[in-house]
Amino acid sequence: MSVPALSTRGLDKSFGSLVVARDIALDLPQGERYALIGPNGAGKTTLINLITGMLKPDKGQIFLGDQEITSLKPDERVKCGLVRTFQVNTLFPHLSALEAVTLAVCERRGYAGSWWQELPAYGDAVEEAYAILVSLRLGANCYRPTHELAYGQQRLLEIALALATKPKVLLLDEPAAGVPQGESAELFAVIANLSQDIAVLFIEHDMNVVFRFAHRIIVMVGGRILVQGTPQEIAADMRVREVYLGGARHG
Amino acid sequence: MTLSTEPQRYLAAQIRWQPVEIAFWLATLLPFVLTPNYLVLASQIAITALFALSLDLILGYAGIVSLGHAAYFGFGSYTAGLIAKWGWGEPLTGLVLAAAAAGVLGYVTSFIIARFRHLALIMITLGLGLLLAEAANSASWLTGGADGLQGVRMWKLFGVFPFDLYGTAAYSYSLVVLFLAFLVARRLINSPFGLALRGIRENAIRMPAIGAPSPAHIRKVYTIAAVMAGIAGALLAQTTETVSLETLSFARSADVLVILILGGAGRLYGGIVGAIIYMVARDQFSGLNPQYWYFWIGTLLIAVVIFLPNGILGGMARLLRSERSRA
Repeated sequence: MSVPALSTRGLDKSFGSLVVARDIALDLPQGERYALIGPNGAGKTTLINLITGMLKPDKGQIFLGDQEITSLKPDERVKCGLVRTFQVNTLFPHLSALEAVTLAVCERRGYAGSWWQELPAYGDAVEEAYAILVSLRLGANCYRPTHELAYGQQRLLEIALALATKPKVLLLDEPAAGVPQGESAELFAVIANLSQDIAVLFIEHDMNVVFRFAHRIIVMVGGRILVQGTPQEIAADMRVREVYLGGARHG
Repeated sequence: MTLSTEPQRYLAAQIRWQPVEIAFWLATLLPFVLTPNYLVLASQIAITALFALSLDLILGYAGIVSLGHAAYFGFGSYTAGLIAKWGWGEPLTGLVLAAAAAGVLGYVTSFIIARFRHLALIMITLGLGLLLAEAANSASWLTGGADGLQGVRMWKLFGVFPFDLYGTAAYSYSLVVLFLAFLVARRLINSPFGLALRGIRENAIRMPAIGAPSPAHIRKVYTIAAVMAGIAGALLAQTTETVSLETLSFARSADVLVILILGGAGRLYGGIVGAIIYMVARDQFSGLNPQYWYFWIGTLLIAVVIFLPNGILGGMARLLRSERSRA
């Protein structure tokens, strides 16, 4: 078996006496789609913050391919090919969608430090950004300021910004959060159509979506991984049922 | 440069020179004809505008609030003044050296600046400003202390034009330097780097998540802004042939912030428009009753912040937009 695109070993994190991550070990193979599920407060977003470097783990290691990235800064991890989106829109309100994605492309191509040529001169970056927006069906709205876009379009822009970094691993934190059910299927169709070179780990609460799009499912409860397996295994697992139906063991 | 595609044409249209901009710069020549007795004031306005423009680069674009920006203005001022005092009165080389000195100071301090945001940043810039002002005060053997730097003698500009009482040379010199600095700032703002700065202002949290090294960007723009502030300070020293502690004072840092907020931060012309209004108003009001002049500025500032949260230029832009949508 080839090296996983992303793996963690023994990640621990606590805030005082509150344990938010305990001994997290996972392997995300190249090109796979994994779902991360669990009740509220299970530590799913915390895990994404740990993996992307927005939080420092107390213990443990993170690998991207065979490179250890535990001590890298968030922006350096992005340069290595690890990128995330946010559960709550974390966008650039007064930049147009085109400008925002062009910015991300410029950062990747190393143009963002140059201040002697004006933006239209970097045609390749602008074209690439536009192509990404068109592929996410944002082409027609790409000249509008982000804050004027419809909510669903802003969710797509979250993903467009991530794709502009040319990731190997994409972590999606509830990509369809707040999107009406009809539109969320459309959003996940976009995610399902992403290049097979990108490994995706997504957090999602809608079990229909999870069972439809995930190759494997990781269940977190109280900062620990309870169980991981194929959708069939998870559906049949009594402990998972207890967490979701019994509600007795909230983290 | 070929603009083959729609997105490129759109971006190019955003940064094209507008007729109103060209008209504005032509209008800066009017004082030579209309108010030849006020050229000294005009040169002070141009210098203040340049100082405000430098603050706009960090505040209006990168979102770095500074209450100590006079540090770089004053440092440039003293550098230019001392060079002339020590016997080299040539203005242009003095200007370049002062810019370099302010740039070095800006680069060194930028390492502290880039690590903080919000209230901490305001306090740190304030502290740096106070520190430098007090250092200049105590080093009176070098700076002349509270008496100011005496004995600054400038040579003629290009060996031809003297800095005289009428201010013709002073205004011409300041205006040309302001315009050149403006061209640089305009280019910077419209570059990929300028886009990254706006990204930092719009959402500092997202920047690392798209692979952007924000601290490096901040260090760079802070250094550039320090160079520009240093040039403004040097212009003041050279055109007035004196340097006072006031160039480093907290009041100057606060004034330039007020000027930029009045005019409209993040709009390139905001600092320039703010400087014109502020300096002309001060000239007029202080003629009426000098001791109450800040009363009017206070009133104006509160009114602008309440009714025109994006400054005077922001208000005008909004007015234009609503006119257009009505038509």
